[in-house]
Amino acid sequence: MNGIRQIFGIVWILLGLAAGYFLVFEQSLKLFEKGGMDNIVPAIIYTFILAPLLTGGMCVFGVYASQNEYKRVD
Amino acid sequence: MNSSISSEQVDKKKLRKVIAASSVGTLIEWYDFYIFGSLSVVIATKFFPSDNPTAAFLSTLATFAAGFVVRPFGALFFGRLGDLIGRKYTFMVTLLIMGFSTFAIGLIPGYETIGFLAPLLVLILRLLQGLALGGEYGGAATYVAEHSEPGKRGYRTAWIQTTASLGLFISLLVILATKKSMSAEAFANFGWRIPFLISIVMVGISYFIRKNMDESPMFEKAKQEGKIVANPLKESFGKKLNFKFVLLALFGATMGQGVVWYTGQFYALSFLQKVANIEFEQSNYIIAASLAGGTGFFIFFGWLSDKIGRKAVMLTGMLLAICTYRPIYQAMYEAADVSLKTEVAGSKVIHTDYFMIPNSVDLKKTVKTEFSYTDGSKLTLEESSLTTIFPGKNPKKPEVKRIVHVGSFSFWFLILLVFIQVLYVTMVYGPIAAFLVEMFPTAIRYTSMSLPYHIGNGIFGGLLPAVATYLAAKASTANEVAVAAGQTIPYDKPYLEGLWYPIIIGGVCFVIGLLYVNGKDKEIND
Repeated sequence: MNGIRQIFGIVWILLGLAAGYFLVFEQSLKLFEKGGMDNIVPAIIYTFILAPLLTGGMCVFGVYASQNEYKRVD
Repeated sequence: MNSSISSEQVDKKKLRKVIAASSVGTLIEWYDFYIFGSLSVVIATKFFPSDNPTAAFLSTLATFAAGFVVRPFGALFFGRLGDLIGRKYTFMVTLLIMGFSTFAIGLIPGYETIGFLAPLLVLILRLLQGLALGGEYGGAATYVAEHSEPGKRGYRTAWIQTTASLGLFISLLVILATKKSMSAEAFANFGWRIPFLISIVMVGISYFIRKNMDESPMFEKAKQEGKIVANPLKESFGKKLNFKFVLLALFGATMGQGVVWYTGQFYALSFLQKVANIEFEQSNYIIAASLAGGTGFFIFFGWLSDKIGRKAVMLTGMLLAICTYRPIYQAMYEAADVSLKTEVAGSKVIHTDYFMIPNSVDLKKTVKTEFSYTDGSKLTLEESSLTTIFPGKNPKKPEVKRIVHVGSFSFWFLILLVFIQVLYVTMVYGPIAAFLVEMFPTAIRYTSMSLPYHIGNGIFGGLLPAVATYLAAKASTANEVAVAAGQTIPYDKPYLEGLWYPIIIGGVCFVIGLLYVNGKDKEIND
């Protein structure tokens, strides 16, 4: 089971990167282009808060998982 | 390691007081936070005129910043304080900040009286509300858990978990009661301030109850033994040993819990009103009845988590939610879909009203066409058009509103469907306070548990309405484009597309929780 936990670490890193790409390139840029405060405020939040949180958080989590930091002695 | 509080040592009477004092204060904080949201339409007209771009910007900030950004900062700020000076004093401060901010919102003169100062003050007070809420929950949950005996921590902290739903429920009741006690005009003029103003009385009572409580025994013990850390933030997030559990708490528990919570309590209401077009009052009754029926289950699942483990209860709730959301929302849609009902022959009734808009040359014409169905449902098509009395000007395009009043069977069926979602909420949310408390040591508990909780709920949960609405709208647009181009529509049920957000987030969280969360750790004396 610890081996599976380790392998999945890569999945979490890739997922974090994909989430960051989706938020910035598929969401925020389009919202910035549309303009208007209703679009710009969410775009700022996606770009500067959500994307770093998701990408950074998931990548660090993935690295820890792949380093077997969450191993258990059951 | 032995726990410092054994079952024999616990004074049951004192414990009940601790739970009551903590729960009442947290309930009031949720009430304060929700009345702003529930009265947002009135607040917008008084403080944020939509034709003024700066005021509209402040309004958007008030909505986004308080819900998403400020709550985690409140968790960090007050969490740190709670780990340095104590749980009791910190969550008394958050209670006072919340109470005075709410009371002050009720006193601010409108935009027409003091101009930009009005929306600015409202924004500042709303941010203070978000900060206070960010600090409150972790304090109350930690305080109760650190007073509880082992083996009953899930049950005891579950009382705190009921407060978010009860706070929403009470805010709806107070607003409805205030509305019923006066005319619509009086409510729009000054009545909307009453739910804000009465908060100060509730906060006052709660403050004096909390004031007489003792500090958490575990915090006192840690203090006496010199185990208080100088920098809880650095200790929580700067050291891999603790930080890895902060990440696990977020991605393996609170992220999924947040989306299940928001789907069951907020997206369900939004779906009933905006997609199923059920009338405002009836849709609120459906939610209120489901909440009233489901709230007791927070206690049940908290208790059950003491018996079979937090992980088992929370992950079962998450799995059931992600597997059944689509069929549940399909059934909700069909329960209000009049095209599936039989129309009563000759039931069509048409009313036409004319209304001269004051201080203008515009005339508002409203045509209401009503249809009745054999199951007691009614459909009203309300077509409003604005026209000018001056000839030569083109009338504005009419707006058509669709309002459904469902019959008795569909009404109760919808309550059942929302109740099932509330049950999922109680499964994931009931045990989570005990789960988070047990994940972190006493010295950094308040800081470490507050942040993942508020990111999971404030950000992953708080974004749900916006993301889900965006996904559903995108699917509808794609269908319209396909129809215009004479192609096959890509989405069979575009109204269900928004559910992919909670399903995917919940699914990822479920897998992480299943793989990495240790369901056996129930030690908090560390």
